[in-house]
Amino acid sequence: MNCESITTENSARGAIDRRSFLVCALASGAVLGAGELAAPAAAVPLASGAETQSDTRFTFEARFYEKLPNRKIRCKLCPRECIVGDKERGYCGVRENRGGVYYTLVHSRVCAAHIDPIEKKPLFHYLPGTTAFSIATAGCNVNCKFCQNWDISQSRPEEIPAEYVSPHQAAAVALQYNCPTIAYTYSEPVVFAEYLMDTADAGHVAGVRSIVVSNGYMQHDSLVEAYGKMDAVKIDLKAFTESYYTKVVTGQLKPVLETLVTLCKMGKWTEIVYLVVPTLNDDDAEFRGLAQWVKANLGPDVPLHFTQFHPEYLLKNLPITPVPTLERAKAIADAEGLHYVYIGNVPGHPAQNTYCPQCRKMLVERVGFTASQMLIRKDSTCPFCRHKIPGIWHA
Amino acid sequence: MRPSLFMTEIRGQSRRNFLTQCLTGAVALGASVGLRAPAQQAALAAKSRVVIARDPQLRGTSTPVDVHRLEALVDRAMQALFSGEHPAPAASAKAIAAWRRIAGPGDTVSLKVNTLGGRGIATNVELVEVICERLQQAGVKPANIVVWDRDSEELERAGFRIAIGGDRVQCYGTDRVGYEDDLSSWGNVGSRLSKILTRSSSVLINLPVLKDHDGAGVTIALKNMYGAIHNPNKYHPNGCDPYVADLNMLPEVRSRMKLAICDATTAMYEGGPGFKPEHSWKPNSLLVSQDLVALDYTGWQMIERKRAEMGLKTLEAEKRAPHYIATAADGEHRLGYCDPSRIAIVEV
Ligand code: SF4
Repeated sequence: MNCESITTENSARGAIDRRSFLVCALASGAVLGAGELAAPAAAVPLASGAETQSDTRFTFEARFYEKLPNRKIRCKLCPRECIVGDKERGYCGVRENRGGVYYTLVHSRVCAAHIDPIEKKPLFHYLPGTTAFSIATAGCNVNCKFCQNWDISQSRPEEIPAEYVSPHQAAAVALQYNCPTIAYTYSEPVVFAEYLMDTADAGHVAGVRSIVVSNGYMQHDSLVEAYGKMDAVKIDLKAFTESYYTKVVTGQLKPVLETLVTLCKMGKWTEIVYLVVPTLNDDDAEFRGLAQWVKANLGPDVPLHFTQFHPEYLLKNLPITPVPTLERAKAIADAEGLHYVYIGNVPGHPAQNTYCPQCRKMLVERVGFTASQMLIRKDSTCPFCRHKIPGIWHA
Repeated sequence: MRPSLFMTEIRGQSRRNFLTQCLTGAVALGASVGLRAPAQQAALAAKSRVVIARDPQLRGTSTPVDVHRLEALVDRAMQALFSGEHPAPAASAKAIAAWRRIAGPGDTVSLKVNTLGGRGIATNVELVEVICERLQQAGVKPANIVVWDRDSEELERAGFRIAIGGDRVQCYGTDRVGYEDDLSSWGNVGSRLSKILTRSSSVLINLPVLKDHDGAGVTIALKNMYGAIHNPNKYHPNGCDPYVADLNMLPEVRSRMKLAICDATTAMYEGGPGFKPEHSWKPNSLLVSQDLVALDYTGWQMIERKRAEMGLKTLEAEKRAPHYIATAADGEHRLGYCDPSRIAIVEV
């Protein structure tokens, strides 16, 4: 899962009209309603199967797997390498072995769609002030205890309502709403890699770029092939210890660090988000180790966002991250020589703005998720001292 | 036209509704649950009894089980579980009295079968029919009995007929009613529970099969509850430990679980969880207990004995021993006993 919340309460621009979804859902006999209307003490079963969406429209052979004896397969998409028997699914719950052939069940099966400011991803150095047509399918290859979108990321596709949105339709909607980008986000795009790749291709043909918000928990080859089609990437680096990845994320740190290095070598524009969870990944040594690793392996210009945790899902017993903790993290990363360290989820905090590392003048001012002032020149330099500011600032 | 896609707001709305519904629903439920001690809470009061009921003639010369012999086997097992007696072969008032210890008039009883493996290795329809008959003789209304699993198609593939509505035993999958919107959590598990469990069961009877599992070691009664949650795929790492134990600790599961009858008429000692005829055998047995941990431990030992007989390594040697069974018995869970000195095996 990634750390971008699906809610749009703080969004400066309008999300896709949910009311119209309700109308549409009622008209199309949305299956969700049946369960919700059940009497308090008894569930009222439907006479026919709850899944009314044609399964075959969403079912495509997976691209990253190998066949094993006895109709088993080994998935090669993420480092889990699930070995999946016939009629079973992998850990992510959205890929199924049918007779020794592995299928994704979520191609074009969009369960969430919004038009978001790109700052909400957050990507701060990529087309500021623009919007992204943001989409997700069900499923995730980890299970973060703090997931804000657990009801889609931790569900099987047939358990949540979805609509068929082909790659070409996604590109068309982005164009229709003047979104220069399509964002794959909310759940975990690794698990809908095939759809992401096809949509990125359709988008590029139509002149729409693609960005992904991901945990980066991916195998090298699938990463190069799938995220090779992305124009910018945001990686949620959940912590800088393996123990946190084991206990809180149900994943591993090492492959994520390898992903970041590979993306850097590929020349992809990449930003990193680190969600600071009180008592679990917030000590000075971890912040320092992280900052030193980023500088040594990716360089000082990769934006690093320390964001505020809110109690959700299975971590409701912890408090919201105190702002001084985020400021301490930023101070440590600044002192280690990183040039663009931000504080996120704290509206109005000055560390949401971009400053020139040379002359210290403010170059991009952000209010909430809106870039209210953008001074960086067309040639990506500071208008005051001509220092080069890394990023893709203009379409 | 604006694109119309989304679900979280609908879900948010329903959560609020559900809270209100729960407040009213909980009263009725609490009253019913309070009548009898749940199986796994009662089990720790004494040494746990696990009945192994066998009938080598259960099938005669044919593949399907002989329904009359199966009926007698169920009666013997239930009487042995509750009275410790070796009962007379015919169905008797004692057998029905044994069922009354589990459920009676006013209860809604759900029978969680296991149909994932298809017809080859699923809970026998005939066994379920016998149990439904005895429950009705104990006073449960037919329409208040639900036979269920995760998916209706899987139920049908295993030979069950979907039955919804009317004054008859109900049979359908969670796909027909969905899962609760709110999470239930305990330890490492956070899941949405089947509405069949939460809204149509004051009494839960667990009807698993006995089989090998490539990840978990074995899958019997405790793991059968994976079919009651929306995200079972998340709980297979580390041989399902401690997830199986944590899942059975969820209050909604624990408070309703009254009995487990493991269908070991056919079982698998290797190659599970999918059905592999070449790795199956026919113990022609039922394992019955109110202590699911003790039942799982006993079933595991049966599988190990068969593996030894077939020249296979132990599950421990294959690095897939079902450690979750011991976890279910540990100080944190106390769901039952997996210490053989605390398990009384009664063979009938
Ligand atoms: S993508 Fe899914 S099926 Fe594939 S290895 Fe990862 S969790 Fe397993």
